[in-house]
Amino acid sequence: MPDRNDLSEVPRPVAAGVARPGAGAPAPSGGIGAGQPAVEFRDIDIAYGKFVAVRDFSLSIAKGSFVTLLGPSGCGKTTILRSIAGLVDISGGQIMIDGRRVDDVPIYKRNIGLVFQSYALFPHKNVFDNVAFGLKYRNVPKPEIVRKVGQALEMVRLPGSEKKLPSQLSGGQQQRIALARAIVFEPQVLLLDEPLSALDANMREEMRVEIKKIQKETGITAIFVTHDQEEALSMSDRIVVMNAGAVEQIGTPQEVYETPATAFVADFLGKANMLAGTVSRSGQAMAVVLATGQTVEVACPRPLAQGSKVTVVLRPQKLSVGAAASANRLSGRVVSASYLGGSAIYEIDIGGKTSIRANAPITGRVLREGETIDVGFDPEGCVLLDEDGQRIS
Amino acid sequence: MRRRWTLYDPRLAWLLVAPVLLLLIFFLVLPIAVMAAYTFFTFVTAGVETSALTTANWHEFLTDSYYAGFLLKTLRVGAITALLCGVLGYFPAYFIWATTFKHKWLLLLLLIVPFWISFTIRTFSWINILGEQGVINVALLKLGIISEPLPMLYNEGAVILGMLHFLLPYMILNVYVSLEGIDRTLISAARSMGCTSAQAFREVTLPLSLPGLAAGLLLCFVLAAGSYVTPQLLGSGRDALFGNLIYDTIMGELNWPMGATLSIVLFLVLGFFAAIYTRFMGMSQIVKGLGG
Ligand SMILES: Nc1ncnc2c1ncn2[C@@H]1O[C@H](COP(=O)(O)OP(=O)(O)OP(=O)(O)O)[C@@H](O)[C@H]1O
Ligand SMILES: [Mg+2]
Repeated sequence: MPDRNDLSEVPRPVAAGVARPGAGAPAPSGGIGAGQPAVEFRDIDIAYGKFVAVRDFSLSIAKGSFVTLLGPSGCGKTTILRSIAGLVDISGGQIMIDGRRVDDVPIYKRNIGLVFQSYALFPHKNVFDNVAFGLKYRNVPKPEIVRKVGQALEMVRLPGSEKKLPSQLSGGQQQRIALARAIVFEPQVLLLDEPLSALDANMREEMRVEIKKIQKETGITAIFVTHDQEEALSMSDRIVVMNAGAVEQIGTPQEVYETPATAFVADFLGKANMLAGTVSRSGQAMAVVLATGQTVEVACPRPLAQGSKVTVVLRPQKLSVGAAASANRLSGRVVSASYLGGSAIYEIDIGGKTSIRANAPITGRVLREGETIDVGFDPEGCVLLDEDGQRIS
Repeated sequence: MRRRWTLYDPRLAWLLVAPVLLLLIFFLVLPIAVMAAYTFFTFVTAGVETSALTTANWHEFLTDSYYAGFLLKTLRVGAITALLCGVLGYFPAYFIWATTFKHKWLLLLLLIVPFWISFTIRTFSWINILGEQGVINVALLKLGIISEPLPMLYNEGAVILGMLHFLLPYMILNVYVSLEGIDRTLISAARSMGCTSAQAFREVTLPLSLPGLAAGLLLCFVLAAGSYVTPQLLGSGRDALFGNLIYDTIMGELNWPMGATLSIVLFLVLGFFAAIYTRFMGMSQIVKGLGG
């Protein structure tokens, strides 16, 4: 499918950092080369009574892509999914599915596949009846139903389980059946609301791969909700990072991770180190005096006035320790060390009541608490945020 | 060496249930056993019986169709009452469950309120409503709609009405509890797959609330079939149920052995229905419905 391929290669400039709260017109990102977006939100608002759960949410999702809504608990991810399915009413804006406004389309006429965190399999129906449910209400003839259910069960690797009741299946198997049930009638969009969070770690990893594979095979447009950043980074074509009912950043996994648009994103994804400082020398190789007293040199995309307040965002992986620390050496003391096998995470006190986390490959021995150590980073290896917590670009 | 007592010691558990066990043995098992023994005693004359063992009582019960007729009628009235309770009770239960009204507990409290008034008084109140001098007749007479009071009291309808009145809360609570146990995302799931709300009700809500409905039916059936105050107060002689028969046999004829036989029969028959229910549904639903 050539279609899908150009989608995963959506050009960067469009995708990065669009649709910030109040950013105005929705960017037709993923739409390039794909015709109409599969799902498009235009400035939607959703309120529960007086409480506004989602504000000015705009997003456009390309056909066949895998988009993840990522954010802390209560930020409105489920609410957005429910609005696509028609399970909550939007109080402003529009939702389009395949270019058609769906505000007035009742739930049962929207062609949406839903997978819930709690599986939501019908406990009184066997696997066959569960999976066949959507087909039955689409008036598919019986032999066709049998064939399609068989196919769907094959796809989730549970063939022959038709006669079993959900209670006779393990959690992972139930989630597979829920997935089969949601894709069997070939919905326009597949919505997955934290489908993996009820599973144990091993199962989760396995299902992650499986869901992604099935999505690729069927070419279905999927919207996936999670608050697990690892899940989001490993599965998505694009990630929408949300906070308190609004979009913080939209981009590919690499973009949101490496160039967080806001302080929130930097902190939420991978707990980046954030060091406050003041610009002491402007120019290409800009110098910043950190609040802790040290001066570091950082690359800045545009010149900043001397005296501007900035935050230097540093991923733990971008820090090097010991002899490997060449540029921007800061000396500190190990507060704690955790050994992860291939690498170790050090929490290093660099003075001024500030400690930073470094994730460094292990060369030789793992350092112990209390040892002094140098930590450094490449001037290009950091992101700068302005006073409002927005990325300087 | 003696083991030390611990908090989860099985001996402690026995100690804790002992009072209840004793209570059950002395006030339930023993009386029933005594009754069962009585069924084999010989009836001499009113108020007098000997402990000479006989099967005469059982013989009489099994051969005289008078008793079988009474039993069938009792089961019929019990079944009708239970079914009416089911039909009339499901809707309020569904409403309380589905409403978005903030103070649901108030609606549930309304169900409990009738229990604050003595059951006998509540039954008597129907006389003031349905009787010849009751509200309905007086009002209709005053309005000139009827010229003679309608005979609404002292018939089977009045008996069933009275029993509905006292049994409906049990039914509503039972159904409500089972509805409350339904995961609402199941309904969202059904709707998202193409069900209208009515279809989702039929596919999901109704089947999943059936255990509660069945528990309510059993409870109402057993309580209705075992009642004797309501037919006594609201029915005529013809509307007497098995309970009234037992009452008459013991208090009227002073025939304790026959009365005991009839009691044990009712106990076995209703126990049989409860057993069938337990076999298919388990007892837990009823316990839940009673607020356990
Ligand atoms: N039915 C409701 N009535 C009132 N408020 C609600 C309702 N459902 C959700 N909310 C509120 O809306 C906000 C967003 O809820 P939502 O369920 O979308 O969060 P979420 O991002 O899915 O969180 P989680 O990761 O915990 O599932 C929350 O603050 C929540 O309290
Ligand atoms: Mg949620």
